[in-house]
Amino acid sequence: MFQVKHIRSLINSINRLYVRQRVCGFKVDVDKRNQTAKHSAPSNKANYSIVDHSYDAVVVGAGGAGLRAAYGLSNAGFKTAVITKLFPTRSHTVAAQGGINAALANMDDDKWQYHFYDTVKGSDWLGDQNAIHYMTEEAPKAVLELENIGMPFSRISDGRIYQRSFGGASLGYGKGGQAKRCAAVADRTGHSLLHTLYGESLKYDTDFFIEYFALDLIMKNGKCVGVTALCLEDGTIHRFAANNTVIATGGYGRTYFSCTSAHTCTGDGTAMATRAGIANEDMEFVQFHPTGIYGVGCLVTEGGRGEGGFLVNSKGERFMERYAPVAKDLASRDVVSRSMTIEINEGRGVGPKKDHIYLQLNHLPSELIKEKLPGISETVHIFAGVDVTKQPIPVLPTVHYNMGGIPTNWKGEVIVHQNGQDKVVEGLHACGEAACASVHGANRLGANSLLDIVIFGRACALNIANISKPGQAVEPLSADAGEVSVSNIDKLRNSKGTLKTSELRSKMQHIMQNHAAVFRDGPTLQEGCEKLSEAFKLQDQLKIDDKGLIWNTDLIETLELQNLMLNSMQTIFSAEARKESRGAHARDDFPIRLDEYDYSKPIEGQQAKPIEQHFRKHTLTEMNDIGKVHIKYRPVIDHTLDVQKVKTVEPELRKY
Amino acid sequence: MALISRASSLFQSNLRVLETAVRLAGTQAVPQENKQPRLKKFAIYRWDPEQPGQKPYLKEYEVDLNDCGMMVLDALVKIKNEQDSTLAFRRSCREGICGSCSMNINGTNTLACLCKIDDNLSKKTKIYPLPHMFVVKDLIPDLSNFYAQYKSIEPYLKRKDTIKAGEQQFFQSEADRAKLDGLYECILCACCSTSCPSYWWNSDKYLGPAVLLQSYRWIIDSRDEFAKERLDKFRDEFSVYRCHTIMNCTTVCPKGLNPGQAIAEIKKLMSGLWKEPSKNSSTVPAKSA
Repeated sequence: MFQVKHIRSLINSINRLYVRQRVCGFKVDVDKRNQTAKHSAPSNKANYSIVDHSYDAVVVGAGGAGLRAAYGLSNAGFKTAVITKLFPTRSHTVAAQGGINAALANMDDDKWQYHFYDTVKGSDWLGDQNAIHYMTEEAPKAVLELENIGMPFSRISDGRIYQRSFGGASLGYGKGGQAKRCAAVADRTGHSLLHTLYGESLKYDTDFFIEYFALDLIMKNGKCVGVTALCLEDGTIHRFAANNTVIATGGYGRTYFSCTSAHTCTGDGTAMATRAGIANEDMEFVQFHPTGIYGVGCLVTEGGRGEGGFLVNSKGERFMERYAPVAKDLASRDVVSRSMTIEINEGRGVGPKKDHIYLQLNHLPSELIKEKLPGISETVHIFAGVDVTKQPIPVLPTVHYNMGGIPTNWKGEVIVHQNGQDKVVEGLHACGEAACASVHGANRLGANSLLDIVIFGRACALNIANISKPGQAVEPLSADAGEVSVSNIDKLRNSKGTLKTSELRSKMQHIMQNHAAVFRDGPTLQEGCEKLSEAFKLQDQLKIDDKGLIWNTDLIETLELQNLMLNSMQTIFSAEARKESRGAHARDDFPIRLDEYDYSKPIEGQQAKPIEQHFRKHTLTEMNDIGKVHIKYRPVIDHTLDVQKVKTVEPELRKY
Repeated sequence: MALISRASSLFQSNLRVLETAVRLAGTQAVPQENKQPRLKKFAIYRWDPEQPGQKPYLKEYEVDLNDCGMMVLDALVKIKNEQDSTLAFRRSCREGICGSCSMNINGTNTLACLCKIDDNLSKKTKIYPLPHMFVVKDLIPDLSNFYAQYKSIEPYLKRKDTIKAGEQQFFQSEADRAKLDGLYECILCACCSTSCPSYWWNSDKYLGPAVLLQSYRWIIDSRDEFAKERLDKFRDEFSVYRCHTIMNCTTVCPKGLNPGQAIAEIKKLMSGLWKEPSKNSSTVPAKSA
């Protein structure tokens, strides 16, 4: 039986390794850990070594949002820990390609109010306009800040940052033509952003806990007091007590079989919130990116269309002109994905099976492609064998982003909805794709996510600095705090089940792919809900072959599957409950948007429907009863932060 | 919207068949039942730190290439899913941008997600962890030293003035920005450093190609004002000068970068015989500001 003393001797041997490195001329602490960490007496889990830490703030996740929050907090003097299951530059932010939106007006007469309008329209009027106001007004400052810390933006002739056309971006509130608002680093903006943020975070005195898998939030009387995590390197369990926790764990694309997401996008933070009794918001809204490479699912940036590329069907027709006469291929992503799916369903797909679409870039000058789209040129060549200067790229709408997540207000504070009111959860913030502020509503505009992560990562740090002080007393954790996390691991390791993790995961992914795709309808969704509920119950039969504690990837993938299951259940059940089409959620049986007024007609003389009778509201899903999803709703916030600066955009018909 | 509902109702009966076809087509690998299985052998380095006294060994697995994606990572994932879930390796993006899955495949360091499986069924594909690194388990090396060396070169913009962040853009000409191409794309996969014999023998004191490439990226960035100080930190026998232009680094870089050349440029600058890199400290306001 693997015992504490074995773990201790292993830790010692690893520590000796680090000491060796410290002696050889480096002025940096290789193994920078909290010097006051101490082993607590193991509770009833006699074979698990528990280490306790105490911090002012703990950030879970080290992608764009997590790193920005972390160094913002460290800069403000807070003793900060970052828990991440991956080395920071491996986080999926690194794969983002297109760019980051900000109304810098380097290449046209853009205003942030136009960006505000485009984002509200893009969200299909489900976004909270106070949060969107905050994001779009702060955007120019945030992008300039990134440039000031060294991000290598592409440049134009006067030395300013290059901005390209991107989906859903317009001047003059939709009437002034395409806006060039997307600040870009060739087509490797996410890579560049994450590496710049990571380099910058090394200036500050933050403790990084790298390759630690976060297990659960520790809650006490509805307040978040910390996080438990499993160290991959030596199998010890760590409990982090903190006055402030920030969740920045990203999305959950791996609930689907085909997605642009990494293997590690498993919705750990949204699942942790569910287990802590916090409802997640708008989980049914899953964005299908129009151009994922056919077969593999790797992302081809919207920037391809931004630089002049377009989609063609088997007739060689640039079909987006029919579906979105004004914006054409740069319409909002949900519109483009639906148009592509209709073309395929109507028999105009390309290839031997007529099951995908071509993205044509070969009409563009090859110098332009080489300068502005080098990354995707390489990706497409490697994975599809295509030379973009000569041949079109085979693409298909692919799961890409989750608009839903942990609900927060515009400051990043996590909220719950009780007795018709939003109430802040003390001690808990969330930002990035894991959160739902909600700036993206029912559909996200391209290049708004890289913006979302830095704005709200910074917002969480600023808010924490506002509401608490560094060095405030942190209440020590009770002896049994985090026990449920350890019990779960112990149960999995000792399970006598027969079902492989990979089999159950594949089953779940196929159910989601088949039953909650681009176009949905009642019977398919209901069948999906039933099948997924059965798959959910099968988790009791999971078995783990790897019995160790060091780098037990079998255990980690099983914990990730538990997280994916919670996310997928909430997604499909809330999709079934939303009986309308809005943004990325399109239903054949309820094809129009159901708002409080019928906005296709003048609203004078119309009676506003009560909230129970329309769907311009946020879905809230919780799973406090195991395997059952409970759904309720909360209203969309329509007021902006300051009517003098920008007024509310009233709903209208959404046309591109 | 009217167009969409009309189209949907017209093809309702055929929709399900076509939609299923679309979904299945988007899958990774469609097994072709009529073909003979194409069995490829993979010999993978295994070591479990929790088995006291165990020596590392090669374990063989067989994979049917008809039912597998085209990259070595697809084979590894398939082996882990179907044959041996204890196999441990790092992986994330599967598209060659995160740098997690760097390992030694058939003697060459590369990313498993970008390395196509050799079709020749009579040959075994040998998979080892990155060379001359402490192994934590199976194909997982301990990269702490590598990351610490990266931190030591101060990989962030350093300026002598203190401007208020977020108000102005730093001016950078297109020519100066072009100098960063071939440098900023580095994903820190460590293929280059762990292919360098000098780094094998002196990894504690020689910084290695990846870290030196990143250092050069900041030295020649026209917005950085500490080029001289960055170069002065290297004035000892080991940090830069263990490079003997062996050039394994450039040969293996999975992103096609040239660390060997970057190190040569550093040496040129350190010799003082070539011009200092051009710098421009001016700022440009955004038009909307």
